[in-house]
Amino acid sequence: MMPDMDDDDRVFRALADPTRRHLLDLLYERDGRSLTELESGLEMTRFGVMKHLRVLEAAGLVATRRSGREKLHFLSPVPIRLIHDRWIDKYTERRVSALADLKTTLEEKTA
Amino acid sequence: MTTMTEQTTQVYSVFIRATPQQVWDGITKPEFTARYFYGSVLDSTWEKGASFTGWAEDRSQQYVDGEVLESDPPHKLVTTWRALYDPETAAEPFSRVTWEIEAAGEHVTKLTVVHDELEAAPKTAANVAGGWSYILSGLKTLLETGEPLGN
Repeated sequence: MMPDMDDDDRVFRALADPTRRHLLDLLYERDGRSLTELESGLEMTRFGVMKHLRVLEAAGLVATRRSGREKLHFLSPVPIRLIHDRWIDKYTERRVSALADLKTTLEEKTA
Repeated sequence: MTTMTEQTTQVYSVFIRATPQQVWDGITKPEFTARYFYGSVLDSTWEKGASFTGWAEDRSQQYVDGEVLESDPPHKLVTTWRALYDPETAAEPFSRVTWEIEAAGEHVTKLTVVHDELEAAPKTAANVAGGWSYILSGLKTLLETGEPLGN
């Protein structure tokens, strides 16, 4: 049984795009932003940003909330938590963190 | 007040392959909450004006408490919220948690949790930020597979 296949597909596809990852980073820095605010941080048409936000929303990575006339966007890291538990925690956390530590150590030395 | 937004309103959403009623039961029935809500059992009639208390499973300790502000099963539940598991958060005033449950396709339900009115509760705001992701992913896993998160 693969109950999460559709969800994982949607999340990995959403995360596969650099603009969408950048939008998540912008929300991580400051949550609850309007389309206008997010658009100003990107060299892209309003329509393009809206399309990316819709993909993120469908994947559950962005939650929205009306505030007066504005629609605010919030980072919703629930799917990332699920991916963490499904793909990282279960099999490889120890090895991944050892490699991540090594990468950090090596990059600090060269910095 | 951009830095305020980040702290004082938090919004999380998750799509769950379940009916709105199943999601409602997952939130309100202690036999479910014990399996994903940090092991806590929630006691309340979930009627407007009723109090609610979240206990450790053996009822040795209270984790959260609050009052039901709005109850519209299986669509919406609004409560005040105070985290009692930490003396610093317990000393802060109540904040507010809204659960919105809406059908989002055949046997798919969108659950949105809004934790707001955290202006006077900065310790709580910081404390719950990772917690809601853990709780909602646990609820989704439980309702879809019948098993809590493995770990």
